[in-house]
Amino acid sequence: MKKVLWSIISKEFIHIRRDKQTLAIVILWPLLMLFLYGYAITLEMKEIPTIITDLAHNPLSREYVDDIASSRFFRVTGRDIAESEIEPVFRHRRARCVIVIPPSFGKDDPGNRIIQLIIDASDPNAANYIHTYLGTITASFNRRHSGGMRLPFRFEPRLLYNPDLKSSFFFVPGLVAVIIMLFSALLSSIAIVREKEMGTLEQILVSPLTPMQLVIGKLVPYLLLSLADSILVLIVAHVCFTVPMHGSGILLLATLIIYVVSGLSFGLLISTVTRSQQIAMMATMVITVLPSFLLSGFIFPVRSMPLLFQGISQIIPATHFLIIIRGIMLKGAGLAELMPQLGALTLFSLVLISVSIRKFHTTLE
Amino acid sequence: MDRPIEIKALSKSYGDTLAVDRVSITVDKGEIYGLIGPDGAGKTTVIRTLVSLLVPDSGEALFMGRTVSAYPGFVRSHIGYMPQRFSLYRDLSVEENLHFFGDLFQIPRDRQRRRMDELYAFSRLQPFRTRLAGALSGGMKQKLALSCMLMHQPEVIVLDEPTFGVDPVSRSEFWGMLAALSRDGTSVFVSTAYMDEADLCHRIGLIHHGRILAQGTPDGLIAGFPWPLYRIDCENPHHVYTILSSTLPPDQLQLFGSGVYVVDRGKNGLRSLQRTLRTAKIACRGISSADATLENLFLELIR
Amino acid sequence: MTGEENAVTAVDLSRRFGQFTAVDRVTFSVPRGEVFGFLGANGAGKTTTIRMLCGLLRPSSGSASVSGLDVYTRFEEIKTTIGYMSQQFSLYDDLTVEENLHFYGGIYGVGRTRLPAVTGALLDQMTLGGQRRRLTRDLPLGWKQRLALAAAIIHDPGIVFLDEPTSGVDPASRREFWLLIHQLAARGKTIFVTTHYMDEAEYCHRVSIMKEGRIAEIGNPSRLKEKYRAGTMQQVFINVVKREQS
Ligand SMILES: Nc1ncnc2c1ncn2[C@@H]1O[C@H](COP(=O)(O)OP(=O)(O)OP(=O)(O)O)[C@@H](O)[C@H]1O
Ligand SMILES: [Mg+2]
Repeated sequence: MKKVLWSIISKEFIHIRRDKQTLAIVILWPLLMLFLYGYAITLEMKEIPTIITDLAHNPLSREYVDDIASSRFFRVTGRDIAESEIEPVFRHRRARCVIVIPPSFGKDDPGNRIIQLIIDASDPNAANYIHTYLGTITASFNRRHSGGMRLPFRFEPRLLYNPDLKSSFFFVPGLVAVIIMLFSALLSSIAIVREKEMGTLEQILVSPLTPMQLVIGKLVPYLLLSLADSILVLIVAHVCFTVPMHGSGILLLATLIIYVVSGLSFGLLISTVTRSQQIAMMATMVITVLPSFLLSGFIFPVRSMPLLFQGISQIIPATHFLIIIRGIMLKGAGLAELMPQLGALTLFSLVLISVSIRKFHTTLE
Repeated sequence: MDRPIEIKALSKSYGDTLAVDRVSITVDKGEIYGLIGPDGAGKTTVIRTLVSLLVPDSGEALFMGRTVSAYPGFVRSHIGYMPQRFSLYRDLSVEENLHFFGDLFQIPRDRQRRRMDELYAFSRLQPFRTRLAGALSGGMKQKLALSCMLMHQPEVIVLDEPTFGVDPVSRSEFWGMLAALSRDGTSVFVSTAYMDEADLCHRIGLIHHGRILAQGTPDGLIAGFPWPLYRIDCENPHHVYTILSSTLPPDQLQLFGSGVYVVDRGKNGLRSLQRTLRTAKIACRGISSADATLENLFLELIR
Repeated sequence: MTGEENAVTAVDLSRRFGQFTAVDRVTFSVPRGEVFGFLGANGAGKTTTIRMLCGLLRPSSGSASVSGLDVYTRFEEIKTTIGYMSQQFSLYDDLTVEENLHFYGGIYGVGRTRLPAVTGALLDQMTLGGQRRRLTRDLPLGWKQRLALAAAIIHDPGIVFLDEPTSGVDPASRREFWLLIHQLAARGKTIFVTTHYMDEAEYCHRVSIMKEGRIAEIGNPSRLKEKYRAGTMQQVFINVVKREQS
């Protein structure tokens, strides 16, 4: 049994080694995806065109304006406009928000201590960010001057885990999850379908090899390859996107293995029902990428989905892996907190492997 | 008028190996030319150069008087070419494949249908016209590939081992069709591993290690077989061959289904051979002097 | 398995694909040690029959046994007793000659210690000894086919199924291949071989000729030639296939 497995594994490694082009694609493509998506799907905003109307014109208000202007979030594109000009400004997209500082700013006048923030909310997401950014700037302004004066704003947000609100912290781990799922499933599905297409499977099927041996023999080399690839992607995420790593590396590695196995078994399952490499590739894309993108909580929080989708999201490995990877990397969570997700992933992998072994035909039908 | 095909001192190497070595071939209008040779002799390289898929290192190939490498577009639109192991659209039916190639060459549909009936006559694929090409047997696929290439009727057709895996009946009908095409003036350039097909060519060239060893009409080549030839008619040729190869030089022996041929390179005569058989205690139905066939010649030349 | 006279027996063996009957109640048997030529027109059902005998396709009806083992129930055991060379070349192009043999040796459970000796002997027998480090894709077809034969017999099976092993192979290499086949037969192996070269049919102890899913003729080549008053198997074949034509 061991010898038989070994001969499949070593043969598979020869394929990998000989086919330099594929190997290069396998290594570079996930990185490319990470960079492209990592920069494209960043939701954080910089240099928001802003107009400030300072009706107070005192040293304090000027300091406040300087705070805003010098932050990387806002870029002041105009000053002191009349209220009637606000709408035209938005329509001509000369600014996305207008900040109006009341004449009473800094004075001990309880009558009007509200700073007006008028936002072009046609992009609600952006509006949200603007709101939060200004809140942060105002809060630090407040902290500097607390005690001496009445405060213009009372709330003081405290942002945990990602104090700069970098969206990459949130997105890159999700991206990593999708990428790993995609390439591990692709690798294993193609590894078998290619043999179908080339006709080499026929020769193997007349041997006494069992489906179990074949499936495991195919799994091991691609597990190692995918794992190496995943680690590479994680390192790049850590270095280039400055995603922190607060938790245990060992725990992350262990999860990674289980997660990669689930991706590989997905691919195996797909390969048992498809005949050509193209179909296998498309099926893998549809089955792994779409749900992992849309339903795993990568972009849209699971809890805000309709109940049906919430249910579906629970059988997507990426959902669980996402919680784990965000937990470990951003929050430094440990084994105890992540047990349910780990359990779900393990169960998932085991079920998928056994299904694909059972579904693997030893005939040509 | 320019010759359809004229290959002049063509050479081509891949890295260190010289695949084709100063090969010269001409094919006249309406002629069937067969290129015969063992695996790896350079047949496919010659053919690919001729259809402009490869550029020669030296020498040139002319098609209708034009240098192939300078006019690839002209060549491709006037040559019907079927590569070795040509593959079809597995997910299209037999008929859809044929129509696809018909449309590709802009043949009107009613002419396509007439052509298809002619092609079905040799391929016997009519009962399977709605079957997906992927579900055909190996030989049926090959016949379909051939038919696809023959949907349009170019003046010159170039075929690389067209009858790979095709059964004897279909092969003879296919060659009947080639003969009809050539009567209508089509020139055919074909490579094959079947010696009975070589016999059906007007002229053949024997190629080995990239070089043309002999060229001419089949009868002319056979007549030039240099040695006396004897046939040992026996029940179990393999057995006789094995025993004889320990007493006679093995390169004088040729194994055939009907018996063992002995090329009498030492000109020792029939009697000496009969003596050899007696001393080796080989039972046979008879020994006779035999006329050489192309296969005898081929085996002798590539020895 | 030991008491069985016949290496292969088929009784009313059939296979349908949807509405189409590819193999239609074929009945035949092949005694041990015979070189059996399984001839037939394109699409007659040869490959389909062989695949059923090798456990690659389930028969639709009828019965068959290989090495005395039933193809319906004991196909896993059958696999250890047979060698099979498929019609389409099916070794790995990107592996070397030796790597291919090591792989097949491995999956047939040839011991790690025995493997080098076994592959070495096979390569010598196939006169491929000098090619062991060459990539399979660079070999001429005739050599590839010898390599495929080597892979098919690496576990020393009693029966060898060869589906068109010499198609496209030049006359000289075909002869070498058939010498190998006869060497195997001389060692007592049963050879079940298909071919479209009718001179090779003459090398067989017995042949059958299939046509449209049925076995139209079966017997010893010289007897068949007598029966059809034909000089060669080629003529016999053409007679049989055309006679049956509807
Ligand atoms: N998977 C399949 N689905 C549908 N039809 C099939 C399938 N496999 C084979 N057939 C059909 O069964 C018939 C027999 O095919 P088979 O491959 O056994 O022929 P063969 O005798 O080996 O022919 P060849 O000499 O060309 O190899 C053919 O008509 C073929 O189209
Ligand atoms: Mg076949």
